[in-house]
Amino acid sequence: MSRSLKKGPYVHPSLTKKIEEMNRKGEKKVIKVWARASMIVPDMIGHTIAIYNGRKHVPVYITEQMIGHRLGEFAPTRLFKGHSGASDKTAKRTPA
Amino acid sequence: MARIAGVDLPRNKRAPIALTYIFGIGRSAADQICEKIGISDERRVQDLTEDEVNRIREEIDKNWQVEGDLRRMEGLNVKRLIEINCFRGQRHRKGLPTRGQRTKTNARTRRGRKRATVAGKKIAPSKG
Repeated sequence: MSRSLKKGPYVHPSLTKKIEEMNRKGEKKVIKVWARASMIVPDMIGHTIAIYNGRKHVPVYITEQMIGHRLGEFAPTRLFKGHSGASDKTAKRTPA
Repeated sequence: MARIAGVDLPRNKRAPIALTYIFGIGRSAADQICEKIGISDERRVQDLTEDEVNRIREEIDKNWQVEGDLRRMEGLNVKRLIEINCFRGQRHRKGLPTRGQRTKTNARTRRGRKRATVAGKKIAPSKG
């Protein structure tokens, strides 16, 4: 079931606060967040947000196309290095 | 000859079924179209008048996205997901299911035909 429209998009309150603060001052700083479930809203465009993936904060530059996606979608939590004895083809698929 | 949206409809099938031969028209859409034009489910394509075929064509042109246009839009959507480098985009890139299905087994639609596991495959590289 999808989220009620009445509530609007979910964004972690402290993240909203920080973004608004930065927009008001017109400054750009990397914000570290753990709130992976937060939705990307238009206010965040142009900022770099460091999203926690369980180990470290992955810096992601927010673009217009990302609106409506969740922050967590851009910071994968798993790292697949390939199976032992895997062919070159499989190795190439592995993200850096 | 009933040719709609660049697809030849099978002549001896019932109209709503025949419409599903168009990419982007399923059972539900086909039924809606027939109801709107006022064609009974039982009518076969070969029994439709030229006028009815034209009305179907017009309806699809106006209100439905089918065939090439739909395929293009699908492709663009996938491309967008890949470009923004989100989780679903990465799954598309790797040719794996995007909606959290298991991949330990199954997922054959996305992963393609099964490759046979070769016994002793590990030993071979160490020889060479």
